[in-house]
Amino acid sequence: MAETKTFKVFRFKPQTDKKHRFDTFKVPCRPGMTVLQALNYIQENLDGSLAYRSSCREGICGSCAMHINGKYRLACETQVSHLSASITIRPMAHMDIIRDLVVDMTPFFEKLKAIKPYLIPGDPDEGAERIQTQDERAYLDYIVDCILCGACYASCAVNGYDDEYLGPAALAKANRFLMDSRDKADEQRLALVCDEHGVFRCHTLFNCQTVCPKNVDPTANIANLKRQIIARQLNPKFSKKGI
Amino acid sequence: MITSDVIVVGAGLAGLRAALELNRHNVKVAVVTKVHPVRSHSVAAQGGINAALSNHPRGKFDSPELHAFDTIKGSDYLADQKAVLKMTTEGIERIYELEHWGAPFSRTEDGRIAQRPFGGAGFPRTCYATDKTGHVLLHTLYEQALKFEAASERADMQIFDEWFVTRLIVHNGSAKGVIALNINTGELEIFAGRAVIWATGGSGRVFGRTSNAYINTGWGMCVPFYEGVPLKDMEFIQFHPTELYTNNVLITEGARGEGGFLLNNKQERFLANYEDSAKAMEMAPRDIVARNMQREILAGRGVEGKYIHLDLRHLGKKKILERLPGIRMHAIHFAGVDPIDQPIPVAPGQHYTMGGLDVNLNTESKVKGFFAAGECACVSVHGSNRLGGNSLLETVVFGKIAGEYASAYFKDGGGTDVPVIFLNQILKEEEDKIIRLLESKGKENHSAIKHELGDTMDLGAGIFREARTMNASLEKVKELKERYGQIGLNSSGRIANFDLLWAIQLKGSLDLAEVILRGAINRQESRGAQFRTDYPMRDDKNWMKHTVARWKDGTIHLGYSSVDLSLHKAKKRHY
Ligand SMILES: Cc1cc2nc3c(=O)[nH]c(=O)nc-3n(C[C@H](O)[C@H](O)[C@H](O)COP(=O)(O)OP(=O)(O)OC[C@H]3O[C@@H](n4cnc5c(N)ncnc54)[C@H](O)[C@@H]3O)c2cc1C
Ligand code: SF4
Ligand code: FES
Repeated sequence: MAETKTFKVFRFKPQTDKKHRFDTFKVPCRPGMTVLQALNYIQENLDGSLAYRSSCREGICGSCAMHINGKYRLACETQVSHLSASITIRPMAHMDIIRDLVVDMTPFFEKLKAIKPYLIPGDPDEGAERIQTQDERAYLDYIVDCILCGACYASCAVNGYDDEYLGPAALAKANRFLMDSRDKADEQRLALVCDEHGVFRCHTLFNCQTVCPKNVDPTANIANLKRQIIARQLNPKFSKKGI
Repeated sequence: MITSDVIVVGAGLAGLRAALELNRHNVKVAVVTKVHPVRSHSVAAQGGINAALSNHPRGKFDSPELHAFDTIKGSDYLADQKAVLKMTTEGIERIYELEHWGAPFSRTEDGRIAQRPFGGAGFPRTCYATDKTGHVLLHTLYEQALKFEAASERADMQIFDEWFVTRLIVHNGSAKGVIALNINTGELEIFAGRAVIWATGGSGRVFGRTSNAYINTGWGMCVPFYEGVPLKDMEFIQFHPTELYTNNVLITEGARGEGGFLLNNKQERFLANYEDSAKAMEMAPRDIVARNMQREILAGRGVEGKYIHLDLRHLGKKKILERLPGIRMHAIHFAGVDPIDQPIPVAPGQHYTMGGLDVNLNTESKVKGFFAAGECACVSVHGSNRLGGNSLLETVVFGKIAGEYASAYFKDGGGTDVPVIFLNQILKEEEDKIIRLLESKGKENHSAIKHELGDTMDLGAGIFREARTMNASLEKVKELKERYGQIGLNSSGRIANFDLLWAIQLKGSLDLAEVILRGAINRQESRGAQFRTDYPMRDDKNWMKHTVARWKDGTIHLGYSSVDLSLHKAKKRHY
């Protein structure tokens, strides 16, 4: 039943290698096999030194985003059978390579930290839960599904040339809190994303929207942040509820 | 050497909640975790977290006492009862706290935290965020950790991610820190503190068919075990009724809570045909449902002889999209089935480790200054069978308690500092071990051993157990241990050497396998998740006791300890 496919996998050890290379592996692929399982096969049977991250193997932990046949995807959610007979795998872009497919995600997380990614409520947190209507909660659907995998960041052309650009995931997170009915820090939040490396640097290329495995749609989130900022500029009495 | 007041190992829900509590008490904390916090397996929890909030119209008369009773009964009376009541009582505050911190729970029509029915519970009390509860809770705690990390300019709260702990440091009977390997550089480092909180999660990968992440190897539980912290009730392994037949990805109990049916190959809701599930049907507790599913399959009534259908079609597209969007995608990705139009192929598989590091209801262990919380610990609040939704609750309740008690221990002096010579000696021992492993040139492939171990445990320590197969599995585990001594590594460098990490962890998996099997073989009764075909009845006279395994000079010794039955008398479980 197994069909053999060829995997061309990016290899690089910055400490010793001058240049990266692609190693070719032949992997017997069972029906239902994922790219992550193929990588496991390689690591367990062909070359134990292959480095890549993995944890949940079910698309929820965000460990395994990589460039697979021309697109950023989660290796664990990508069926080998949906790909051609030859599969090329590269690490995520815009981040330094630690080894092979493992990249240093520090800049990605530093930018997340920069937007104050936590609820800033107006009132002290005491007693029972705050009331939030089903509609208010519904606005957060999909945005809160972000698994911080970095696929959007790697796919974003702007992140490629502006090291300081906050990037799609951090900006989507800013919108997630801005639009949470329980959050009361609108001005502070918008100020954080409003400088030259914030929302207006986005050229609306839709790469992040295309690659996001969780339908977070960072493009739409960034658009909303822009709209919120501009509306306030035009009308100081603007309230986000009015949108 | 990195020093802090308290070292927390693990950054899942339990570890992060503990760290936040230490921070609240102005105690410095270093969190060491082998994966970035949001990659911890808590992120995969789906169905929800229990607490008697009484937000559901059918839950008006719910209370912490009733929640405690359901938990104790569900545990088949092996849970420690005061610990359970503590969890169900403090749980309410913990849920509100998560909401205050920004957790985006699903909501009722009047805007309160939504709750759904779960197996073995008298009322709908499982609070949820669609079917991604673990994901939103873990991200919420991570966000709070970032808030404090930023506020303290990263001095008082530091997270060291992608650091793999290889050793617990115990000096004169007290825990004083850990040794950890920086995965990305390959260097070993001492993390010294006055107390240690352990929160390394479950160990499902000791089995082959499991819903657990690859990283849940069991090594985390073994590190303190090797240093004198006993393991309790390890034979009690939960098999979740509904894991995807194809790759064991979990399909939450919430799917049945929302009204899903289990069907055999004749399209019958077969649970009606078994006495113990006839009344509660799909909402009977996990152990009962899993067994009856397995019985159907064994009797040849499985679909294609192998699995059961979980049918959600009658719930309708709207409800599935609204309440179960995550598992719908799992079914599409991993089984090629859209639950809106087709039933999902499911079968029972390993899911949860009820046992763990032996601690009391204040998370304290026999080793001074060593605390444990979450799935790696056994308080015990789940006894021989955990109710769905109770383990997320356990992580935040006991994570907080661990933080509280560790900070009190630290403030009371928490023992004195450890001589540097001693620390360096341990560091050297660990360094030598790693070099030996890296240079090992044996013929055995450790991955092959891992897979054989998984098959062996599925076979010998599964849903139905008996002395003959368990003994055969135990023999096999011993053989695998021998072969582990002959492994060779394929990868020699130190940087991001995952081959090395998996090889180290396999030792833990093998030792845990032995603890599980020996506990199960000794316990000649059926209770909760342990069902023995050769001893099909519960035997309170001889077995109303916890199994306690100790590690002495490389061998495992079993003993027993008493169960706290101070609130409810043990009765036969009826649902
Ligand atoms: C698929 C699935 C769904 C579930 N759904 C539910 C549910 O709906 N409701 C419910 O109540 N329960 C559920 N559970 C159970 C529950 O999710 C877990 O019991 C709980 O999340 C465990 O949390 P934890 O903090 O103890 O451990 P984890 O979240 O597993 O975290 C363990 C941490 O320890 C670290 N670690 C481990 N070993 C080392 C080491 N050697 N060195 C350094 N760091 C280490 C890891 O990096 C990680 O950060 C589910 C479990 C699974 C598998
Ligand atoms: S927005 Fe999407 S692609 Fe970007 S980090 Fe989040 S889940 Fe990944
Ligand atoms: S391994 Fe978790 S997202 Fe792929």
